[in-house]
Amino acid sequence: MVSAATHAHAVVASPNPAKFEFFAPEEAAEVEAIASRIIPSDETPGAKEAGVIYFIDRALVTFAADSQKTYREGLPEIQAILAEKFPGVKKFSAATAEQQDAILEALSNSKPKITASRRNRPNASSQPFFETVRYHTIAGFLIDPESDRRGNKDGVGWKVIGRDPGHIFQPPFGALDKDYPGWQPVSAEKK
Amino acid sequence: MTADKVQYQPSDEVDFVIIGSGAAGGILAKELSTNGFRVVVLEQGPYLTEADFSHDEIKVLQEDLLTNHPKLQPNTFRKTPDEKAKPQRALVYGRAVGGTSNHFTANFWRFHEIDFIERTKVGAIPGSTLVDWPITYADLEPYYTKVEWEVGVSGLAGASPFDPPRSKPYPMPPLPTKSNGVLFERAARKLGLNPFPAPMAILSQPRDGRAACMNCGFCLAFGCEVKAKSSSLAAMIPVAEKTGRCEIRPNSYVHKIELDSRGRAIGAVYFDAKKNVHLQKAKAVIVSANGAETPRLLLLSASKQFPNGLANSSGIVGKNLMLNSGGISLGVFDEQLNDYKGFAVSRILHDFYELDAQKVGFYGGGGLDARFDMTPINFAAGGGLPPDAPRWGKKFKDTIAHNFTRTVEIFSHGTSLPKEENSFSLDPDLKDAWGLPALRMTYKDHPDDIKLAKWLNQHGLDILDAAGAKQKWTYPIEEQQFAVHLLGTCRMGSDPKTSVIDADHRTHDVKNLFLCDGSSFVTSGRGQPTMTIEALAFRAADRITALAKGGELNA
Repeated sequence: MVSAATHAHAVVASPNPAKFEFFAPEEAAEVEAIASRIIPSDETPGAKEAGVIYFIDRALVTFAADSQKTYREGLPEIQAILAEKFPGVKKFSAATAEQQDAILEALSNSKPKITASRRNRPNASSQPFFETVRYHTIAGFLIDPESDRRGNKDGVGWKVIGRDPGHIFQPPFGALDKDYPGWQPVSAEKK
Repeated sequence: MTADKVQYQPSDEVDFVIIGSGAAGGILAKELSTNGFRVVVLEQGPYLTEADFSHDEIKVLQEDLLTNHPKLQPNTFRKTPDEKAKPQRALVYGRAVGGTSNHFTANFWRFHEIDFIERTKVGAIPGSTLVDWPITYADLEPYYTKVEWEVGVSGLAGASPFDPPRSKPYPMPPLPTKSNGVLFERAARKLGLNPFPAPMAILSQPRDGRAACMNCGFCLAFGCEVKAKSSSLAAMIPVAEKTGRCEIRPNSYVHKIELDSRGRAIGAVYFDAKKNVHLQKAKAVIVSANGAETPRLLLLSASKQFPNGLANSSGIVGKNLMLNSGGISLGVFDEQLNDYKGFAVSRILHDFYELDAQKVGFYGGGGLDARFDMTPINFAAGGGLPPDAPRWGKKFKDTIAHNFTRTVEIFSHGTSLPKEENSFSLDPDLKDAWGLPALRMTYKDHPDDIKLAKWLNQHGLDILDAAGAKQKWTYPIEEQQFAVHLLGTCRMGSDPKTSVIDADHRTHDVKNLFLCDGSSFVTSGRGQPTMTIEALAFRAADRITALAKGGELNA
């Protein structure tokens, strides 16, 4: 059974698909520019290298179809802020990183509440534009790379957070259980 | 599915129709079919197998692969009965063959003696309908042991000085110790507490053709691909089907229990996958649909004979809902703990199981566990990050890169006091995708539950301190609006005026109708109900078998 699981989790690296399922190419460029400020590329890969834009594109025709309107209305909103703050800059994707951050700062003022009981099931739909892109960017960066959702390309997101790409592990797992001698009753320890 | 599995026609009058295939339904199906009875299990969800399970967080947590879907079966919520309930997802439960046992954490704590006799011991509590159970720990002990050996529980007998008596050790040793378990154990001992290896319904060794845990790290909320998690799907359903007398019928959404003119149940009416309606006939009906859907089905089955809902002469069907109180404190450490590997919990403590109300100033008790149960997306999207952590940009990326392998959660789990106004009922306006009234939840924690949760959470923070956490925080303790543990809504008791079922799980009002699941609970225990749901199911199977063999179901 374990070998069956290994087989089921065999990693297949796939090239980025050429065609978008929801976005026009120019929309995709804008969304990718936003995602790249949420998880930037620096000495390690970011949203761009993880193919987050392809994840979001597919999300909007699958589990996140409810958010299509949020994107279609959010992009012009960004454009409006851009025109107001930085007249002369044509597109968000053409702005400098500092300008882009200033725009996102203006958009990211409503933080959704996460409660203890729902922390594993955040309400990902019906959020404002920035929060929606943020959730989709994180999900596209950290989704199981073996899923068919086109995110976390080559497992780069998991590499960034230190998650081993495997799905079968044997102890020791981490720094403290490595040299742990095993459970002993308190009385035995005191003697 | 293979061809040799038995299939009945709805018109075949089988011995038992069981509604629900989860922690209780799976065990009842296995026990009753093994005892020679013909059984049909009607499960509203699909029949998924290990091959259908997935580590895709979106599929499992946003698309509800294994659970009730908020679009198909929406809910409403309100705090008190005088409010109008608003549409809001109020609960999550397993909706597939195996039920919630497919995706639970698998903390398998037995109840202690106190949980059954608390009312006698502590006296009346203002604002609560707290009463004793009609059975005691001693009545249930053999069945706890049966759960451990038949379903498969890993643990170490005698490791906790607070454990109730047991007739047999665990069938297999505890799971490996995680780094957060080591850290929790050392810190708790420093504080004079008694941490011990967690009893978990996950196999530490291969057993009955099932593999030992492979520590994949997608445990809470996910189904197990190697049958190591001791779900009803992995442990009970295959045995039931092998008898040749039990049919598991998925995609069968029961919405009415049918009665004859004498007021006896004659079967269950359900929608099949195409929304065609059938009546599965049976000599007796057992409802194990969970603490929300069981009372809902009784209320949906209202008739001329039972205008307030079936088996509801007491008027308390759906009431006295308990969710378990509790909280989460988190810490970040310097060491790379890698607790994303493996099952959730390896160490717990029960020092606070029975608090002295005179000393602490409130009723209750509970336990703590050390865990890491967050999968990557939920961790980074907010569930695992300090409240003041950056939410995007380079600093956000640096935070998730550092914290994911270094974060520890300490969960506190405690009592909920029953209150009659806390309930599941039928929403008067909202309908589900089948046109049936939606579940409406009414819930406001008893003030003592909030005090307890804060008190326990503070001890979680103290342990994180003693363990040397570099940063620590806690989720705010607030009144609960989201239910996972669904308890007490058709409580067991000897008085038909104040309870729905007797100690044999038979409804006081209908002689061949039985209820067995979290709804049967009288008190909430300390936050880990599934072990007791399963022990009750094994016991109920014995009681129901005795009644059936004594001819009492045909009378």
